[in-house]
Amino acid sequence: MPQKKSSEQNGASGSIDAAARGDAALRRDLLREMLLIRRFEERCAEAYAIGKIGGFCHLYIGQEGVGVGAISSLREDDYVIASYREHGQALARGISPRAVMAELFGRVDGCSKGKGGSMHLFDRNVNFLGGHGIVGGHLPIATGVGFAIKYRGGDQVCVCFFGEAAVNNGAFHEALNMAALWKLPVIYLIENNRYGMGTALERASAINDIAERACSYDMPSEVVDGQDVLAVRAATMRALQRARSESIPTLLEVRTYRFMGHSMSDAVSGTYRSKEELEEHMKRDPIVVLRMTMEQEDGWTDADTSKLDEEVKAVVQDAWDFADASPEPPLEALYEDVFVDTTS
Amino acid sequence: MPIITYRDALNQALREEMQRDDRVFLMGEEVGVYQGAYKVSKGMLQEFGEMRVVDTPITELGFAGVGVGAAMVGLRPIIEFMTWNFALLALDQVVNSAAKMLSMSGGQYPMAMVFRGPNGAALQLSAQHSQAWESWLAHIPGLKVVAPGTPYDAKGLLKSAIRDDNPVIVLEGEMLYNTKGEVPENEEVVVPLGQAEVKREGADVSFITWGKMVLVAQQAAEQLAKENIAAEIIDLRTLNPMDADAIASSVSKTNRAVVLEEGWSVAGFGAHVADFVQRECFDDLDAPVLRVHQEDVPMPYAKNLERAAKPDAKKAVAAAKKVLYLEN
Repeated sequence: MPQKKSSEQNGASGSIDAAARGDAALRRDLLREMLLIRRFEERCAEAYAIGKIGGFCHLYIGQEGVGVGAISSLREDDYVIASYREHGQALARGISPRAVMAELFGRVDGCSKGKGGSMHLFDRNVNFLGGHGIVGGHLPIATGVGFAIKYRGGDQVCVCFFGEAAVNNGAFHEALNMAALWKLPVIYLIENNRYGMGTALERASAINDIAERACSYDMPSEVVDGQDVLAVRAATMRALQRARSESIPTLLEVRTYRFMGHSMSDAVSGTYRSKEELEEHMKRDPIVVLRMTMEQEDGWTDADTSKLDEEVKAVVQDAWDFADASPEPPLEALYEDVFVDTTS
Repeated sequence: MPIITYRDALNQALREEMQRDDRVFLMGEEVGVYQGAYKVSKGMLQEFGEMRVVDTPITELGFAGVGVGAAMVGLRPIIEFMTWNFALLALDQVVNSAAKMLSMSGGQYPMAMVFRGPNGAALQLSAQHSQAWESWLAHIPGLKVVAPGTPYDAKGLLKSAIRDDNPVIVLEGEMLYNTKGEVPENEEVVVPLGQAEVKREGADVSFITWGKMVLVAQQAAEQLAKENIAAEIIDLRTLNPMDADAIASSVSKTNRAVVLEEGWSVAGFGAHVADFVQRECFDDLDAPVLRVHQEDVPMPYAKNLERAAKPDAKKAVAAAKKVLYLEN
């Protein structure tokens, strides 16, 4: 498959790979973050089943390596924007599990004060520019963030997460064309989980190696193993370097798989994918892949995993308890935040 | 006082606000090198450079979204649509992103930005280029909508729109760009959003209108004056938020209301005005509220059919006489 890896040819790959792999402490942090997301999402499914979470709820289970890998490579002043499957990225970016869970519960202490819900998590403090509910809608917004960075002469980068189905949407084309035309510091990160809701990639896209779409914009691209958090980090770091030093956007096709249904109302397998296919993909669980690396390289043990697991379960339980105790938004909030009453 | 065109009034507003605040930039099709499809941005590329006067590809959804993203991180974009007909492709960004971002982020992301361009029909541009979008846009919570009908209001409303910290829709008019009016030179022209203006006083019937239809109302009022009928013209100027007090105050005086609008009748903004008048001014009314609007057909090309489809002074005069029970 044709791929452009512009930075790999300039001798930077060795140092980037080393930084991406990090040390034992970093790998432990990555594992913890992925485990936290996994346990958080499992409790979301439980909360949904008993009606504490409503509406549409899209879980990130199976894809944790993507969000954690990419976001762990960023600086604090970079920007993250995502689609509606964004609980994982929100947590990885540093929105507190309490604020995310309270938002999902529709409570006043939620990160969007209970007005956004599962699909619209926002936190200005960590430059998390939202979950967005219209497929492809946030891609031009990411281009605009890149434009603003360039306008101000900064060296931040905007990372934009979206599913592979969005590449068939006009917004994808418009956003990437302008980013390449104007050389904007944006990383368009496709989380290719193989299905746009129930429609397989092969049934929706005329080309199946969707990183090739970057050729249309003369944009660097890379295909990445999304189940390997360290590989996602390395690819993100290469793209970040291009963006920061040369203001060049990148298209990353990160191949992953969702272990749950499209949303909570969708069966895990059945009509559009088989149980066998699902089980085959679940063998490459991103948490297990990293854990095996750590067992080989860091002397990590099952006991270490159990301890970490207990730790994150406690964090998630705390988030649940916090959300459950948080009040519903007051009725006066109904007309708040429709307009601001300020001018500049 | 200098008499300038509506086009130059908008140009002054853009330039003054970009001089005042370096976070403000203009983006759209043909705004730079071409000097504006309708020359509203004439000279601006030369004055402000290509980072602040940005020519885009023909990609309305895309550059509207670029504006949204830039606004999220603190710039103050002015997004020009060559016409609002093309903005239909961008409505996802206007409606789903710009209008809702503040609310769905729990107040964290105000969207200080302007979407502007010509709205409504010009001459013989046929169906796809001749339509008035205010009813669609005023319908959306989170958007402010202005429709200036004079050069003074064009300058003053656009300046207020650029300074407002909310997304503001500015509906201009291709047929208005060459119209002229007084705009003072050495004083700041700012028209607050949400304030109507009595463009003509009269005791017999109220024309409630906005944008290009202010001119039609003025023509109709002149004709009625010849028959000793004094029409009052309430120019709403801002549709959302609507100046309800100004409407009520006029209707309490005239007891008769005719709403003039450029768009179609079904679910049109005029229906919203009529709803307000019947509900809040019921005891003042001596006749049902009438509406003058475009015929409910896609705009035809042929001159005679186009004329027949458009709301005009003749139709406005007939409606005024009807609420005065002078005609059937």
